Amino acid sequence: MINVQGISKYYNSVKAVNKVSFEVKKGQTLILLGPSGCGKTTTLRMLNRLIEPSEGIIKLDGKDISNQQPEILRRGIGYVLQHTGLFPHYTVAENIAIVPKLLNWDKQKIEKRSAELLEKLELEPGKYLHSYPGALSGGQQQRVGLARALMANPPVLLMDEPLGALDPITRSNIRQEFNRLDELREKTIVMVTHDIAEAFELGDNICLMNHGIIQQIGTPYQLLFEPQNSFVKDFFNEQRLQLELTVLSIADVWGHLSEQKHSESTMVSKGENLWEVLDSLQRSGSNRVRVNNPASGEQKVIGYRELMTAYSDFKNSVHE
Amino acid sequence: MNDQQSLWSFILEQQDKLAEQTLTHIGLTFVSLLIAVLAGIPLGILISRKVKWSGPILGFAGILQTIPSIALLGVMIPLLGIGPKPAIVALFLYALLPIIRNTYTGIREVDKSVIDAARGMGMSEWQILLKVELPLAMPVILAGIRTATVINVGVATLAAYIAAGGLGEFIFGGIALNNSNMILAGAIPAALLAILFDYLLSRLQKLNVRKLKPALLPLAVLLLVFSSLYIAPSVKAGSLLAGFTPEFMGRQDGYLGLREKYNLDIRTVVISDAVMYKAAFEKDLDVISGYSTDGRLKAFDLVVLHDDKGIFPPYYAAPIIKKSALEKFPELQPVLNLLAGRINDSIMTDLNYRVDYLKQSPGKVAKEFLERNGLYKQPRQAGSDAVRIGSKIFGEQYILANMYSMLIRGNTDLGVESKTGLGGTKICFDALINDQIDLYPEYSGTGLLVILQTPPKIVAGLKTKEEVFTYVKEEFSKKFLIDWLEPIGFNNAYALMMRRKQSEALRVKNISDLANYIKTH
Repeated sequence: MINVQGISKYYNSVKAVNKVSFEVKKGQTLILLGPSGCGKTTTLRMLNRLIEPSEGIIKLDGKDISNQQPEILRRGIGYVLQHTGLFPHYTVAENIAIVPKLLNWDKQKIEKRSAELLEKLELEPGKYLHSYPGALSGGQQQRVGLARALMANPPVLLMDEPLGALDPITRSNIRQEFNRLDELREKTIVMVTHDIAEAFELGDNICLMNHGIIQQIGTPYQLLFEPQNSFVKDFFNEQRLQLELTVLSIADVWGHLSEQKHSESTMVSKGENLWEVLDSLQRSGSNRVRVNNPASGEQKVIGYRELMTAYSDFKNSVHE
Repeated sequence: MNDQQSLWSFILEQQDKLAEQTLTHIGLTFVSLLIAVLAGIPLGILISRKVKWSGPILGFAGILQTIPSIALLGVMIPLLGIGPKPAIVALFLYALLPIIRNTYTGIREVDKSVIDAARGMGMSEWQILLKVELPLAMPVILAGIRTATVINVGVATLAAYIAAGGLGEFIFGGIALNNSNMILAGAIPAALLAILFDYLLSRLQKLNVRKLKPALLPLAVLLLVFSSLYIAPSVKAGSLLAGFTPEFMGRQDGYLGLREKYNLDIRTVVISDAVMYKAAFEKDLDVISGYSTDGRLKAFDLVVLHDDKGIFPPYYAAPIIKKSALEKFPELQPVLNLLAGRINDSIMTDLNYRVDYLKQSPGKVAKEFLERNGLYKQPRQAGSDAVRIGSKIFGEQYILANMYSMLIRGNTDLGVESKTGLGGTKICFDALINDQIDLYPEYSGTGLLVILQTPPKIVAGLKTKEEVFTYVKEEFSKKFLIDWLEPIGFNNAYALMMRRKQSEALRVKNISDLANYIKTH
């Protein structure tokens, strides 16, 4: 869907982005991750030509975007910003109708789509359509910002730290909402963030950048267990335990998982990754849970010790 | 003029004139404002795009703003003549800075993420400007227009100096004629206009951005209507055009007398004496109300029309001084009288010519004259006491003030403090009465008519210049405890003047000729 081939951006002699290439398949989410100034936002803004690359080619749906008129190109790409960029002098209804109006939709179609979308985003249309952004909370504003980007149903969505301006609680709520939203599931998304947990939760693939250069592109699993250089390795150190437990599924460690001999009925953990299983262990009361291997349908009863031993054995096996 | 006349009765009496001046004033303000809006907003938008240009353009508009208004009007005269054109251009230039600056600031202050979002959604640059930047910047832009409006209402009073009309005619006429009612009749409406427009625009500015859009249309219409109020004074073509000072227009020994005694029915515009002579020279005006010793008479080759029916009383110049000052500094009187009878009309005209036209400094001209006449002495070491000399704001008064200053420094141990440039008669005389100055040169005719406001009956009874002088001296002594010292010699009276060539071509030698010529043409 999105194909980026060797794009660079020079500001005078400074290379803000240096020969970046990646591909995002239809329906996938790519996270551009990295410290401030690593070139992730510049890279994102080149995708809808808010910034013109100094070199390289960007193809969208197989077509070189440099041949398209920028305004027309942008109308077909959803764009969500950290500070929402809602027009303060427009109502919610007018804000989310901006792109459809640029595309000359008729009034009825706009109204129908607005109501539908606000409902999905849990903003009561009757209550909010005619409010001004200033009257909404940060989380509500961000939802309206997302609604605005989704209104014309673009296949591609670019998100520049969409949750960056929110407090941690609102942030994690909206993140979960985003995850559940069917409209987002089918989109091809490129999202910039510097929040590692967010990247791991939302990304199919993560592109870790530093000094304008891609350090590694891969799945969260690959970045954790197959780091290509010391920058990648060190980047996750602070949160490594939680990240690894989140990334690893029960199936990944199944072979290392010993079983407790307990015939009593034990609570079944619905958790798919180790972090979730730990969470259910904590809530089980008996320090035992029954886990499923979705691949084989086998079940095992485990406790903390079994889980952590399996995790540690798995890690040793990876490093060998 | 009658002391007892109340402001209200003055306004009622002059209501037609007041209404016309007010409308002209509003018109002047808004024509120039309209042009400034039409030029300033695009310029503001331009420099918000090309930030490199913002420095030079804002700097230039800022410099324009610092030019004193009267000087700017003066600069306009050679370029655009007199009348509404230079006034509108000058007002336009003043209004420009707040409008450009606020448009620029307003647009620059629009939240960058909003513009980024607009661009990212696929709005064109033009759509971003019209739908995002201008609406969001509008309150700031309106604040700029508001500032410009208030500035323009104020500066437009000065338009009266260059024959463009407006409430300044009353204000400056009143100052010159020592007529408080006339000043107030011009100043109060001008202040009310400023307050009213400021209030209306502040209301507009505080409106929600949403409601602004419907409000802007009536604003634009109002602006156009107000602009159209400007009826350029005097459009009657063909006959001769006279430019008179605001003072002359209101005086019995001026325009009023000309109409009464000579039946002179000439079309007139009001203009400042600072630009009047030049305007006559450049054929913008045909007849002007000058002063008979003005140096520009010589510079611009103008001739004085003979006052054959004798309506202009004599204006013999003499220093007037507070009696208390004469008692405090007994050595002063003989020194001040050193000039008595020394300067006749043609000498004074020549001295004025050097200052007004050859641009020599009044001090230099004064010193040369004193040296030629053996009156100059090196200044002595001054004691702690100082005499405060005032002067009105024109060359002749500066020269005289300088001469007195040099005479005092050369002949006494007193110091001198000069307070020159005290506007017109009213300002100077009030300064003397209120003990801000000790003396200044005054003219017998001004004392008679402007300060004493002597009733016409008595004036008619004063036949000779000596009678006038004696009457004025006695009255001043009684009423104000002010003494007139001996006259200097010259008579700087009012005079009508024309270009020499035109006067010869039309065979107009005296004022009766002029009245006849106008009747027959």
